[in-house]
Amino acid sequence: MILNSKIPDGPIIHKWEQYKSKVRLVSPNNKKKFEIIIIGSGLAGSSAAATLAELGYNVKIFYYQDSPRRAHSIAAQGGINAAKNYQNDGDSIYRLFYDTIKGGDYRSREANVYRLAEISSNIIDQCVAQGIPFAREYNGLLNNRSFGGVQVSRTFYAAGQTGQQLLLGAYGSLMRQVSKGKIQLYSRHEMMDIVIKNGKSVGIISRNLINGKLERHFGHAVILATGGYSNVFYLSTNAMNSNVTAIWQAYKRGALFANPCFVQIHPTCIPISGNYQSKLTLMSESLRNDGRIWVPKKYNDNRDPNLISEDERDYYLERRYPAFGNLVPRDVAARAAKERCDAGFGVGSSKMAVYLDFRDAIIKYGKIECKINKLKNCDHNLYYKLGKKVIKNKYGNLFSMYKQITGVDPYNNPMMIYPAVHYTMGGLWIDYELMTNIKGLYSIGECNFSDHGANRLGASALMQGLADGYFILPYTIGSYLSEHLNLEHVDINDDVFKETELDVINTINSIINIQGSKSVNYFHKKLGQIMWNKCSISRSKEGLEEAIKEIKILKEDFNKNVFVNQNDKNLNIELEKAMRLLNFFDMSELMCKDALNRNESCGGHFRVEYQTKDNEPMRDDINFSHVSVWEYSKKYQSHILHKEKLSYNDVNISQRSYK
Amino acid sequence: MNINLKVWRQKNMNVVGSFVNYKLSNVNPNMSFLEMFDMLNEKLISQKEDPIAFDHDCREGICGACSMFINGYPHGNKHGVTTCQLHMREFTDNQTIVVEPWRAKAFPVIKDLIVDRSSLDRIISSGGFVSLNTGSARDANEILISKEDAEESLSAASCIGCGACVAACKNASAMLFVGAKIYQFSKLPQGKIEEKKRIKSMLKQMDKENFGHCTNTGACSAECPKEISLDVISSLNKDFIKSSF
Repeated sequence: MILNSKIPDGPIIHKWEQYKSKVRLVSPNNKKKFEIIIIGSGLAGSSAAATLAELGYNVKIFYYQDSPRRAHSIAAQGGINAAKNYQNDGDSIYRLFYDTIKGGDYRSREANVYRLAEISSNIIDQCVAQGIPFAREYNGLLNNRSFGGVQVSRTFYAAGQTGQQLLLGAYGSLMRQVSKGKIQLYSRHEMMDIVIKNGKSVGIISRNLINGKLERHFGHAVILATGGYSNVFYLSTNAMNSNVTAIWQAYKRGALFANPCFVQIHPTCIPISGNYQSKLTLMSESLRNDGRIWVPKKYNDNRDPNLISEDERDYYLERRYPAFGNLVPRDVAARAAKERCDAGFGVGSSKMAVYLDFRDAIIKYGKIECKINKLKNCDHNLYYKLGKKVIKNKYGNLFSMYKQITGVDPYNNPMMIYPAVHYTMGGLWIDYELMTNIKGLYSIGECNFSDHGANRLGASALMQGLADGYFILPYTIGSYLSEHLNLEHVDINDDVFKETELDVINTINSIINIQGSKSVNYFHKKLGQIMWNKCSISRSKEGLEEAIKEIKILKEDFNKNVFVNQNDKNLNIELEKAMRLLNFFDMSELMCKDALNRNESCGGHFRVEYQTKDNEPMRDDINFSHVSVWEYSKKYQSHILHKEKLSYNDVNISQRSYK
Repeated sequence: MNINLKVWRQKNMNVVGSFVNYKLSNVNPNMSFLEMFDMLNEKLISQKEDPIAFDHDCREGICGACSMFINGYPHGNKHGVTTCQLHMREFTDNQTIVVEPWRAKAFPVIKDLIVDRSSLDRIISSGGFVSLNTGSARDANEILISKEDAEESLSAASCIGCGACVAACKNASAMLFVGAKIYQFSKLPQGKIEEKKRIKSMLKQMDKENFGHCTNTGACSAECPKEISLDVISSLNKDFIKSSF
């Protein structure tokens, strides 16, 4: 198979500019003849829907929630990166590009990442103009903070709810086009399958979740914006209903899947408190700007953290990585936390947690406040009082969220945190135009693969989702559509629609006819445990091989013993969950297979066999500087590996070091 | 903990619902309210009964999907939290807990505890945005906005669209929801330009959707999980009068 990534010729700084000036356009009169289907209403989906509708296309948008505003982009806390260099601290498009490539451990596609860095500034302009209340300085200018893995302040934010504000901005633009009749909303609709005719994607089969009706929809192009597949692990920071169905069905119909094993484990989440737990909550990475991470130096130390003196604390990130300290990238911080806990230095009742401490930051800010306000007779208590105010201003909502969930006040006690599954860098394979190998089928946002390599930097997910939706896809889709001005409407009574729908009906029937005795969650939790134990922060050949076997057995058990109510003509939440889990089983198998195949450690993928003496990952650029691209073989019901070679002309490949 | 539940069960939009009693033991006080419901549903599934349908997604208090009316309060009696962020430690052993869907003409019940809130989407669609096409924006720092204005705007913009304000209001009015969106834009130069038009069209749509009128009881703000201030309503009233001239 030839993987044509369609990277334009010319120097990297001119590629996108030249592409834009040469790409074929669709005239305004013709745009209104096209119908475009979008799946998912998060940052990528909403921004693409709004922009395409503004251009004149007719858009149908599908999402399983009751409103487009509820997509999980809403939960992103920390911020969004842009190479504005407003802080005059040496930032530039090149530096954002370089940081992203390095952060991704040299496993992302150079041209795509450069374009992302180039567009980042436009996103901030667009969002401010939409009326998004970003944080500001007293002088009225936009404020910035810094995030892990970088040495400049380029992150724009709105308190700890940046994702919410950006999504509501995109949602506003989307709803404006709804009022103009250019966008039709399909809420509580889940995409079940993709319809492909003569190698081109021509529509979808969706299921109305309220009445169980299957519907056929035609589209000249289909855009998948369905987010990641972290819920393979059952417990993750993703929303409960986030799922892999849309991209997995596309994969089974011939779309290629790239780097499925690249999963990001976020270092700062609230630890698991019991087996009833349904999801994990993230504490924004921005907290690492001020919080210091530590564990006791003494093995199995059960004392109250406030009673452990300074010299009895091991600030292990500062010790191991003096240059970046607490702001090392996510994969590094997550592995280091696991290392300490596995060695028996963890804290809390489960011993699977580390401290994130704000004591020093509070005092530091208190002293600054005293100085600014020229206060006399300052003592520890006053420092604490004033410093607490500063911290509250910066992270107030995160602190109250922490207290709400754990019942512990983080102003007086260090937070307890532990890594959790957060983001999937892998996704459908796409070319420079964001199109999959199936013509007319696009993948944008988290559900594609190209920009973050083996590890995503903080505050880059929002940037990528909006870059794809607002500024890239609206250009590149013209390249395909302009060649298909005479593309016939495929009637929804065409055989290809009927056959695809029949496949969905058969799957539904096979599930509801099992009539076993165990719930869907029973199986999903088990799958999560297998994946967490054997395919998460660290992976081994042995463990992955076991996982593949265990997943198979579990899936067989599911196919014999799951119980789902037969009422498929009404709202049936168990059926929805069962359909999603079926795809998670297959997805998890491919993840293990890919992890097994990648005999190196890079970014979020850490194979215990490939590490240095001091436990740093060993990347293998000679054998693995490629994208692992998987193809589903329907004939053999197996996965075939292809490789897209990665070449770097504009950055020097180096061993990633944050020491 | 042992918990007695009285939960509203309703098959679909076209039938009348009723309360059903459930008993649940071994509830862990650290469970969230929804995790307690997960536990109840697992029990129902094991008895081959239909599990209780409820909306939920992010389970971290920001998506606005969850929406249970608990012992007479939207999202329960605890201040400033959504149902998913409410924990069982807020309840006592052997307590009886009554759980209903949001009750409002504009929010018809779909099944059990799930209601249709698309009326809120239609209000936003009538004017809750800045009319701006992608690509036409100027440099982000060209227009200065004071820190105070940005913060006040954000505090209104943090509305999650859950509809608790409507459920809390005896008139089932959506004034806090509408006021919050209008207030967000009124504090920013980008939103100021379309303000008059926005106020008129959003209020018109609110009436059209069968939401009630506001009588300033303040229940909406008191029950809002994001603690949006009642000021957004007084500001809306003032701006509405101004918009008539």
